[in-house]
Amino acid sequence: MPEGMHVDYDGLIPNNVGLAQDLRVRKALETWHPGYIDWWKEMGPVGFQESLVYLRTAIGVDPTGWAVFDYVKMPEYKWGILLAPKVEGRKIPFGRHKGEPAWQEVPGEYRAMLRRLIVVQGDTEPASVEQQRHLGATAPSLYDLRNLFQVNVEEGRHLWQMVYLLQKYFGADGREEAEALLERRSGDADRPRILGAFNEATPDWLSFFMFTFFTDRDGKMQLEALAQSGFDPLSRSCRFMLTEEAHHMFVGATGVQRILQRTVSAMNEAGIEDPYDVEAVRRLGVIDLPVIQKKLNLHFSLTLDLFGNEISTNAANAFEAGLKGRYREDKLTDDHQLHNATYPVLRCVSGRIVEEQVPALSALNMRLRDDYVREVEAGVARWNQVIAKGNINFKLKLPHVAFNRAIGEFSTIHVDPDGNILDDAAWAARKSEFLPSSDDGAYIADLMKPMFERGRYAGWIAPPRVGIDNKPGDFEYVRIV
Amino acid sequence: MDAVAAPQAIDFRTEPARYKHWRIELRDNVAYLIMDVDPNGGLVPGYELKLNSYDLAVDIELHDAVQRLRFEHPEVGAVVLQSGKDNVFSAGANIRMLGQSSHGHKVNFCKFTNETRLAIEDATENSGQTYLCAVNGPAAGGGYELALTAAHIMLIDDRRSSVSLPETPLLAVLPGTGGLTRLTDKRRVRRDLADVFCTTEEGVRGKKAVAWRLVDEAIPPSAWAETVAKRAREAAARSDRPRDEKGITLTRLERREEPHQLHYRYLSVVCEPEKHRATITLRTPTEALPASLEEAVARGDRFWPLALAREFDDAILHLRFNAPELGLWVLRTEGDPAAVLAHDAFLEAHKSHWLMREIRLFLKRVLKRLDVTSRSLIALIEPGSCFAGSLAELAFAADRSVMFAGQRAGDNRSPATLTLGPANFGCYPMGNGLTRLATRFYGEPESLTRAEAAIGQALEADAASELGLVTFAFDEADWDDEIRIMLEERASFSPDALTGMEANLRFAGPETMETRIFGRLTAWQNWIFQRPNAAGAEGALGRYGSGIKPDFDYNRV
Ligand SMILES: [Fe+2]
Ligand SMILES: [Fe+2]
Repeated sequence: MPEGMHVDYDGLIPNNVGLAQDLRVRKALETWHPGYIDWWKEMGPVGFQESLVYLRTAIGVDPTGWAVFDYVKMPEYKWGILLAPKVEGRKIPFGRHKGEPAWQEVPGEYRAMLRRLIVVQGDTEPASVEQQRHLGATAPSLYDLRNLFQVNVEEGRHLWQMVYLLQKYFGADGREEAEALLERRSGDADRPRILGAFNEATPDWLSFFMFTFFTDRDGKMQLEALAQSGFDPLSRSCRFMLTEEAHHMFVGATGVQRILQRTVSAMNEAGIEDPYDVEAVRRLGVIDLPVIQKKLNLHFSLTLDLFGNEISTNAANAFEAGLKGRYREDKLTDDHQLHNATYPVLRCVSGRIVEEQVPALSALNMRLRDDYVREVEAGVARWNQVIAKGNINFKLKLPHVAFNRAIGEFSTIHVDPDGNILDDAAWAARKSEFLPSSDDGAYIADLMKPMFERGRYAGWIAPPRVGIDNKPGDFEYVRIV
Repeated sequence: MDAVAAPQAIDFRTEPARYKHWRIELRDNVAYLIMDVDPNGGLVPGYELKLNSYDLAVDIELHDAVQRLRFEHPEVGAVVLQSGKDNVFSAGANIRMLGQSSHGHKVNFCKFTNETRLAIEDATENSGQTYLCAVNGPAAGGGYELALTAAHIMLIDDRRSSVSLPETPLLAVLPGTGGLTRLTDKRRVRRDLADVFCTTEEGVRGKKAVAWRLVDEAIPPSAWAETVAKRAREAAARSDRPRDEKGITLTRLERREEPHQLHYRYLSVVCEPEKHRATITLRTPTEALPASLEEAVARGDRFWPLALAREFDDAILHLRFNAPELGLWVLRTEGDPAAVLAHDAFLEAHKSHWLMREIRLFLKRVLKRLDVTSRSLIALIEPGSCFAGSLAELAFAADRSVMFAGQRAGDNRSPATLTLGPANFGCYPMGNGLTRLATRFYGEPESLTRAEAAIGQALEADAASELGLVTFAFDEADWDDEIRIMLEERASFSPDALTGMEANLRFAGPETMETRIFGRLTAWQNWIFQRPNAAGAEGALGRYGSGIKPDFDYNRV
């Protein structure tokens, strides 16, 4: 059995990292644990904490059987620390140390950079739980309610993964950072989460699905890049987290798909052909396609900000140091050092959008973002199939990467979703064409009425094609107490 | 050359309407000096001033703003330095700019930057204009060094914003423009904590920054704007500046540029590039002494001591940056010594008036700028000159002063004189805290006493020589040859050796924070700037931003 296959369930914290023998880290984690539970109760899902939720729990790291489903009260969820099994003889795959044995301990010279990478990643995990905490009250079905909580508990577990690394490898500083992860609050003026998109509200279920589709997928890309890390414990940790992340994106992709399905069916039944006849569509109690496009515009642009600046010294440094690689670095066939390579990047030069060839090392954020955009494009194409099947003449489209940006070079200009530059006045006048207006928000909020009857769904969303864990349609995914 | 009229010459003259990087907002007797750097507004192409990073263009505007707030706004009792950008206070000096600049430009830039920082501290200490700093985002390197000039540093405690001096780990250079020295000398940060701070790239945030004395308070975002405004109003309330008086306007400094010459109203520069020499002549006023304080105020920036100080300041900066090959500055004066002494007396009589105080403080700073200029300074005291009182400081600032004894045949002007006044004994101290005379006579206090006893006497060459006030006195027979040989010899030495030698000899006596900053800037930072570990092809500055790690030579020197 390779190192790391055995999972220990005896202690408070399930793990495959030998916590029982590692007194120092076990003590640190046990000290941190009550604070985490307090955080969960204070900032986790509102209500439902006593309810029995049909959740999957990671129980091992064997890809063929890593999780079991059962009813669990969320505060009793087995949050544990699970690293992908160690690959014997793993080498650092890129950067100046390429080919050297992967680090099992933190190299001193990269300690600060590595800690920063872990803290930034770790901060996003509890942040999304906080952002989504009010959604339970308006869930369109027990199925969706369960999915929400599944995402939430796993994001909580991801925090554990990062906290373990901080406490195991970064001494007193790491413990301090672990505490701070519990202290920041999404959207709080005085102690916000680190990244902007994680301080935005998730006001309704359409936003939740868009978030899990777009923003969890950024999380996936970041985890993929960190899974390549020459620091082996980080790589192993991220590799395992990725197995859970797939479900989060599934929730988002199918959630939007089901909304589209419902809207298109309702339009077909009512004989409405014009997708822009918003009033008529809204009279049917479903979500009109133009507002779905606006939500898409919003969440896509917020998520692009998470990839950072177009030209980034930090990204270059992290790559050169062997700490954060590219998407599927192990599948790429170049020299994995990039000292002489260039990469095309869209930049903002004197208020205009131009493509420039820049040193590939400083363009790594954009490279990861381009890989990301390719994936979401494929997802959007699948959504469009639903609309096309209903014979509605409407296509969802990703906005231009310069649209509605707060980070990077395009934050200084306004462009429409097609990338045409707008002056301040034109932007102010047309903003509500591109992004959800308060009227749009109010309409969606009004639709958000809970549906907690077994097997039934709110009128604005279609049922899923198959149940979770192959359960039948009327399965009681949450036993509400 | 054409150093004086070179097409790309750096011009230090600016005004708020031309600012690209700063703006000033006035309310409640407080000036908010807001840094909002235009990334494309750098001095030369080749770098972008991202994240409120700065170059000389940004610092020229800061220098102008600090000066104008003193003269144009007597009602302003406190100044708040802050950033106009949401996510950052300032990332410090622009690294790509440093990477592409010549060594000489880097040194000049750092020196000028530090002079402005000292001017900020001088405003707090002597001018009743207290500087506060509102660090509303990360302040790194030079950004934090700028914050360190303030009397009170506030840091937003949003769990993200930190202060840092990451030069050593990130760039293999020093936070040398006062950063290191102000940490230990001004903020009295414990040296081991300072060591940790200066090697932690990400810096220190919130309460820890307060505990380590890196900032004075950490303020949560919800209380930020209110607390900053409150602290500023409190500081303004403590000021002795007159709230109801009107400031004067610092109009654009007029100067006429001719080939190898630069002419201001009271000052001229004549350059002889083949001799590596610039001759700077300062002249006495064309207008009579004002009859009253009101009349002096009404003259505004035309009032002679202020006009001359502005011209001299501009000329020094101009020559420093645009004419590095002119290594020898000959200092001359022309006019009536009595007029100089009368103006000195006028300033002394009205020294508690805000504007007269500002003028004297400005003269002090200009003379200090001369002291730290890396040029050989030779004062020539000739018939028709007016080395008296404040202008006699030029002779004492010079590395050597030479006086003409007697008269020239055919010249009916009376012999040259040197006249000491009270101004030579207190109001224009050097960076070391001593007057130039006290520094000159550091080893012979009795000479200082004798000089003080000679106040008011128009001393001819023998007497001045006897009192140790001049280096040499030559009569007509020797003057031309001696001067020619001396200047030629001076111009022939290694400029580097001269710079080092002069800087050592000029500042005898006690060290102050100011002398330590300049000394360490000159010695350590400039040494590191020359070393391959920083400036080499594989060094940290050149590789900065590429992601590629520098290759260090690990041998200690
Ligand atoms: Fe996650
Ligand atoms: Fe996720």
